[in-house]
Amino acid sequence: MSYIIDEFDVVVVGGGHAGCEAALAAARMGMKTVLFAISLDSIAMMPCNPSIGGSSKGHIVKEIDALGGEMGKNIDKTYIQTKMLNTAKGPAVYSLRAQADKVRYQSEMKHTLEKTPNLQIRQYEIVDLLIENGAIKGVKTNGNTIYECKAVVLCTGTYLKARCLYGDVITECGPNHLMAATKLSQCLKDLGIRLYRFKTGTPARMNKNSIDFSKMQPQYGDENIVPFSFENTPEDIKREQVLCWLTYTNEQTHNIIKQNLHRSPLYSGVIEGTGPRYCPSIEDKVVRFADKQRHQLFIEPEGENTEEMYIQGMSSSLPEDVQVAMYRTIAGLENCQITRNAYAIEYDCIDATQLKISLEFKNIKGLFSAGQLNGSSGYEEAAAQGLIAGINAVKYIKKEPSLILKRSDAYIGVLIDDLVTKGTKEPYRMMTSRAEYRLLLRQDNADQRLTPLGYELGLISQKRYDVLLKKQKEIANEIKRVSSIIVAPSKQVQQLLEKYHSTEIHTGVRLSELIKRPELDYEKLSVLDIQRPELPFEIKQQVNIQIKYEGYIKQQMKQVEQFQKMENKKLPENIDYTTIKGLRIEAQQKLNDIRPISIGHASRITGVSPADISVLLIYMEQNKRQKTESV
Amino acid sequence: MKVVELEDTIAAISTGGTGGIGIVRISGENSISIVDKLFQSKNHISLLEKKSHTLSYGHIIDSETGNVIDEVLVTVMKAPNTYTKENIVEINCHGGMIVLQKILELVLNNGARLAEPGEFTKRSFLNGRIDLSQAEAVIDLIQSKTDISRQSAVNQLGGRLHQKVTKMRSKLLDMIASIEAVIDYPEHDIEQDTYTEMEQKATEMISEMEQLLKNADKGKIIREGIQTVIIGKPNVGKSSLLNWFLEEERAIVTDVAGTTRDTVEEYVNIEGIAMKIVDTAGIRQTGDIVEKIGVEKSKSYAEKADLILLLLDSSHNLENEDKEILSFIKNKKTIILLNKSDLEQKITPESLKQYIQNTAILSVSVKQNKGLEQLTKELKKLFFDGEVITADDGILGNVRHTNALYRAKEAMQRALTTITTHMPEDFISMDLQQANAALGEITGDTVDEEIIDRIFTKFCLGK
Repeated sequence: MSYIIDEFDVVVVGGGHAGCEAALAAARMGMKTVLFAISLDSIAMMPCNPSIGGSSKGHIVKEIDALGGEMGKNIDKTYIQTKMLNTAKGPAVYSLRAQADKVRYQSEMKHTLEKTPNLQIRQYEIVDLLIENGAIKGVKTNGNTIYECKAVVLCTGTYLKARCLYGDVITECGPNHLMAATKLSQCLKDLGIRLYRFKTGTPARMNKNSIDFSKMQPQYGDENIVPFSFENTPEDIKREQVLCWLTYTNEQTHNIIKQNLHRSPLYSGVIEGTGPRYCPSIEDKVVRFADKQRHQLFIEPEGENTEEMYIQGMSSSLPEDVQVAMYRTIAGLENCQITRNAYAIEYDCIDATQLKISLEFKNIKGLFSAGQLNGSSGYEEAAAQGLIAGINAVKYIKKEPSLILKRSDAYIGVLIDDLVTKGTKEPYRMMTSRAEYRLLLRQDNADQRLTPLGYELGLISQKRYDVLLKKQKEIANEIKRVSSIIVAPSKQVQQLLEKYHSTEIHTGVRLSELIKRPELDYEKLSVLDIQRPELPFEIKQQVNIQIKYEGYIKQQMKQVEQFQKMENKKLPENIDYTTIKGLRIEAQQKLNDIRPISIGHASRITGVSPADISVLLIYMEQNKRQKTESV
Repeated sequence: MKVVELEDTIAAISTGGTGGIGIVRISGENSISIVDKLFQSKNHISLLEKKSHTLSYGHIIDSETGNVIDEVLVTVMKAPNTYTKENIVEINCHGGMIVLQKILELVLNNGARLAEPGEFTKRSFLNGRIDLSQAEAVIDLIQSKTDISRQSAVNQLGGRLHQKVTKMRSKLLDMIASIEAVIDYPEHDIEQDTYTEMEQKATEMISEMEQLLKNADKGKIIREGIQTVIIGKPNVGKSSLLNWFLEEERAIVTDVAGTTRDTVEEYVNIEGIAMKIVDTAGIRQTGDIVEKIGVEKSKSYAEKADLILLLLDSSHNLENEDKEILSFIKNKKTIILLNKSDLEQKITPESLKQYIQNTAILSVSVKQNKGLEQLTKELKKLFFDGEVITADDGILGNVRHTNALYRAKEAMQRALTTITTHMPEDFISMDLQQANAALGEITGDTVDEEIIDRIFTKFCLGK
């Protein structure tokens, strides 16, 4: 017999990257919160790659931090190597990535959860959701206890009906042999929620002592480190960094794979789930890119207090004997000892178009969903959704409007808009090319974009907010100062220009104009600027970017202005689109299904044409006038 | 991603209704300044200084070439007392359709956007100018016009321009995908274009675009002129009719031979009306089986056509084949020409009534050049009464494409500068993506997932 044992404001189901952020946000916003995990030792587990960040994902972590989330701080505490990628490309695509000590990452996060006021963590599997009058009322554990609550955030990751496969070995379990959640899928189905089956995979882990690194190229971290959290300075987190290694597959590796393809459940048809193009198995790579002679492999440590290494680039679901054989063809891995086999994992996730843009289910009040359950892939994507879902669960309880980040506000906005508007047929990975306003959504300005919001939400302290305001003021002052300086065509100036292969000037030129030249920048011109004040790096960087790329930035801001106008035309929640004459049937159905919040949102739905948008605009105007007439 | 815009400046041809006189209408905040860039008034007063609701006389000048395009009257009407409650400028010109088209093109190249079907009316409604009771009519207008243009877009697929642009887009997508793949997977060994290679590719593409634009100016890519098909039995005079079109004054726009061996396509311009004429004359055959194929072919051309010119030999009685043709063209806009009026008449307009109604039937002798001036009149009537749909969407479609191509070229030129000044790849990609989006307007492709699709088709990526 089940019985009610406790009562909470917010229940978070799952303790992965989404769950942690959701629970922390809710508790920090003052809600009595509980987080359930199948095993408390799996809190914030990184079941695949041992790194956080990277292209566009690094942006997301910075945004999470700017809003007052935890991921950035936690990786700053536990990184063992860090690198800013893409520095030769434009400032919009600079990407921060850090290798993590996995165990420490987990224990630090768990400890943070434990120390957070208003937050409890409980080891339980949640087997049922209690709904009353279309609203969530509580959850039931596998211990038959009921926790009543006002809102629930589902962050079940890859655990729903999970099974792991390699060769003909199928284990009904979640990642790392953790228990799968077997009951919740059926419960969701009973609530009328559409589920998909997705697939992903991970490579083998090996003992470091069995690897010959002399045959590989070392990969170093950066000397000048950049923290993920805006609260940290490089000095705060400076420490000794470990090495990663680069090696390659070869023809022999590919032959072994080709000869044994029929033994991979991916090709024998055992796996039904849809896998991501973003991280294909080595089988997929060899088949789809048959003419490629070799594939890169990065050998990365799983932590400092372990000898286990992660073989990035070679996830697989081939049987153990084939795995051993193929890995041992690789330079440096000839004698490798596998500690954990590579495997594929299948799991249930939801069709995310059933969610509102706040991540609440459209048909169940107070029930939110975040992370891989929504069809995304990646720790960072999960954490971002968790944070937003956690915030919006609180907003729901407080009966306040949801926090919605627009595509022009943040990568997080792009991520959620894509997921709930278009849905996804394969695990969704964030990419910089998905963000149409990426020049404005840089990792370096995430604090300027989002920290004021975090402050309003109560997730950012007064102190941190004041620091931001001061920083913004300093940036503005310095830009103003630099723009007013005229550089005369003196000998010293010409010599400096020549040094950087820049054409000489004939009349006085604004210093800001010189900064705009591709071969020059703010730093290089410092000798011409005797009055220049002593400024911290992040301010100098902002000044340089904002002056140097002013033209491009203005151009995107103009596009954003247009975009905002359409986003600001709100659509009422309760329209029955089938009654709107003039909309094509496909558009009526799609609109009724997705229930967009604005005209701009509607225009992004596949199957809604510009003509349908015109009809909607007219319909709304019509309604507005009818209302004013009847008043 | 499609961004719907509400307050930019839009332009379109609003045909006057008679002869060659037509109006280019521009509405929106910048309409006056845009036209001012093209317009040279007789008394050298800028349009910006004009009072509202005044008329100015002068010339439209192509600023690139300095050529005078037309002698015009320009009406300036300032917000809010206008149809759309926005600034409206109307350019009244009298140079025929080609000139109207050219002026519209200049207006678009100077910052206006081609109006969507029904958009002036839509703005008028949204800005509170027209009555609530008219809302439904506005919706109907938008949907019906959109259906038509969608239909005509389908017909246009497979055209030469479409093929060329598709190829160009594919090259562009490859360039973008290379850059984006490296950005998103910085540590993968991806073969990447060097700046020199990118410069070369961009230069090539610009010159291809320029070539296309040059042709567009001569009207060579007017694929969307009224799609007209001449059909009829063998030896009824189809080729002679086509030759008549080509020989008369009628500015031959191109002599491009048909894409298939058994038809000839010609572009002609009859007093400002652009037409693309398909002569099925090539469907010539002996023997019953091939005869059948001939009819089937005519049928398929007729289905795609906006206008059918059916030639019947009036000196012979109707044969089964004629009747079959008459039955499948019943619902199409058709002009029937009873040819060989110089011979003894076996078929009269009256005798055709049982097969087809509401169709203009003219007695002509193509050989003796008799009655053909009537055909010209009939064509003009159809065109300006708006009975032939293409009069609106087709011609405008052409301007739309030219303008999209122009914008693509501009974006490519920006990309080239970005490349040659060695700006980071990220910025090159931004320019290339704009070019790609502009070309996508011609082919009707959306950019949404295609870059990502291309990245993963081209490169082997992922952990």
